[in-house]
Amino acid sequence: MGELLVKDREIVVPGQIIAKGLDFLPSHGTYRLNDDVIANRLGMLSVEGKVIRTIPMSGRYIPQRNDTIIGKVADILMSGWLFDINAPYTAVLPLKDASFDFIAKGADLTKYFNLEDYAVVKVTNVTSQNLVDISVKGPGLKRLRGGRIIYANSHKVPRIIGKKGSMVSMVKRATDCKIVVGQNGVIWLEGSPEMEVIAISAIKKIEQESHISGLTDRVKEFLEKATGKPVVLEEFDDQRNDQYNNHENNNGNNHDGNYDDQDHSTDFDNSKYAQKGEQNE
Amino acid sequence: MNQERKEHIRNALKKGTRLDGRKLTELREVQIQTGFLSTAEGSARVKFGDAEVIAGVKMAIEKPFDDTPEDGVLMVNAELLPLSNPEFESGPPSIEAIETARVIDRGIRESKSINTKELCVKKGEKVWTLAIDVVPLNYDGNLIVMGGLAAVAALLNARFPKVKEDGTLDYHEHTDKKVALKNIPIPVTVCKIADLFIVDPTAEEENAIDARLTITSLDDGKICALQKGGVGSLSVEDIKKMVDLAIDTAKMLRQKIVEVN
Repeated sequence: MGELLVKDREIVVPGQIIAKGLDFLPSHGTYRLNDDVIANRLGMLSVEGKVIRTIPMSGRYIPQRNDTIIGKVADILMSGWLFDINAPYTAVLPLKDASFDFIAKGADLTKYFNLEDYAVVKVTNVTSQNLVDISVKGPGLKRLRGGRIIYANSHKVPRIIGKKGSMVSMVKRATDCKIVVGQNGVIWLEGSPEMEVIAISAIKKIEQESHISGLTDRVKEFLEKATGKPVVLEEFDDQRNDQYNNHENNNGNNHDGNYDDQDHSTDFDNSKYAQKGEQNE
Repeated sequence: MNQERKEHIRNALKKGTRLDGRKLTELREVQIQTGFLSTAEGSARVKFGDAEVIAGVKMAIEKPFDDTPEDGVLMVNAELLPLSNPEFESGPPSIEAIETARVIDRGIRESKSINTKELCVKKGEKVWTLAIDVVPLNYDGNLIVMGGLAAVAALLNARFPKVKEDGTLDYHEHTDKKVALKNIPIPVTVCKIADLFIVDPTAEEENAIDARLTITSLDDGKICALQKGGVGSLSVEDIKKMVDLAIDTAKMLRQKIVEVN
């Protein structure tokens, strides 16, 4: 009979033996060595029945299909653009996915995306060799004009966005900033200078305190204190927060078909907000 | 950095707020620590917010240059480590590294704070050489000022090593003898962005500036070194404002150095 050496939701480090015996199955962030299940990432342990997984707390963003991310143009190629997507791999934006316009042969590609430009893009494909294709055709996908960019830990992005975008929309409403959060941890924002600073401190706070419960209330309090205005919450309470915690654990499970509440949909909401903001201009 | 984001920084500055929420002439939180490197004769670590630079002083007895047989030697070297910033590459020193080292060197040398004659051991044969190494550990702009501050703090912290009977040096034992500094030269870089002047720029802000002027000043407000950078031009009026700002800021920074020594 197998034995679990670490409790569920505890933090594990690479090399740590999590369980002994063949009763447990290693999933993401773990592997089997003889009879042992061992962690290979720093993260929180998640045990669901027999399946053992670690939810990573650190590390670089790894692109996955359908992620909405923010990338920076690193190079202009013959047939598209090379994007830096804050990942170990670069991504290619082919001409056909760059614009709804017809781009003639030999056209000046910098008119569409120039070096150092940022854009909200969607990952259309990741090959087994980690070649990443991206597209800007889709709702909320566009080149980002002006504004500023900050970087956050990509593993904290689900918390920055919150359930159905509740956290980021609270920051948006409190600071009147336009914010777009990419799932690769790149965040674009634009607003009045003082409010931008408040929004960034709020995001840093979320990032740092994401593992402590009651986060929404603390961020709300912080925003109210910083802006001097009351913040109205969008039908959201602690109970839901707990629910969200559990959902977040499921996020790594994308491959298992657990699609009821994962980051993609929340981020999609988020980009819709951004679109609305643009239209208001 | 593209034009739109530069414009974003400028617009914020015009409203009196910088990207990190500081006022135009406000410094990041300054922290100075000295004497933490056991292998150097003197060392200092300067933090401006999260940006961090260390400097170390090494001392040796060597043959003087032929044209200055009675003078000790002062050398400043800066190395921009790739670990401090993804933009830095390993290899031969970059233009930025050379400029940083030269401006810091010029500030200390031209302040005449160190009497090089005092560093003479035997005329034409043996003089002390002071080698100051400046290394950023976490780069976020304003390197000349942080490096200059660290270099001076390290000099103040330095103690001569013990000279053995055979004339070689015992680096494990240090005497109480210090480098006599008559003055504390402090470099301050003032940046001009769209007719506004800022001090202590972050790396992001440095990408958006029109011009910069590094002014090294002494305790009494005298200027001992200048370095202009950036493509923009400066009027006489601009320079007057920048000098005033630099001298005020230098006073504040000098206070910090005096506190730790």
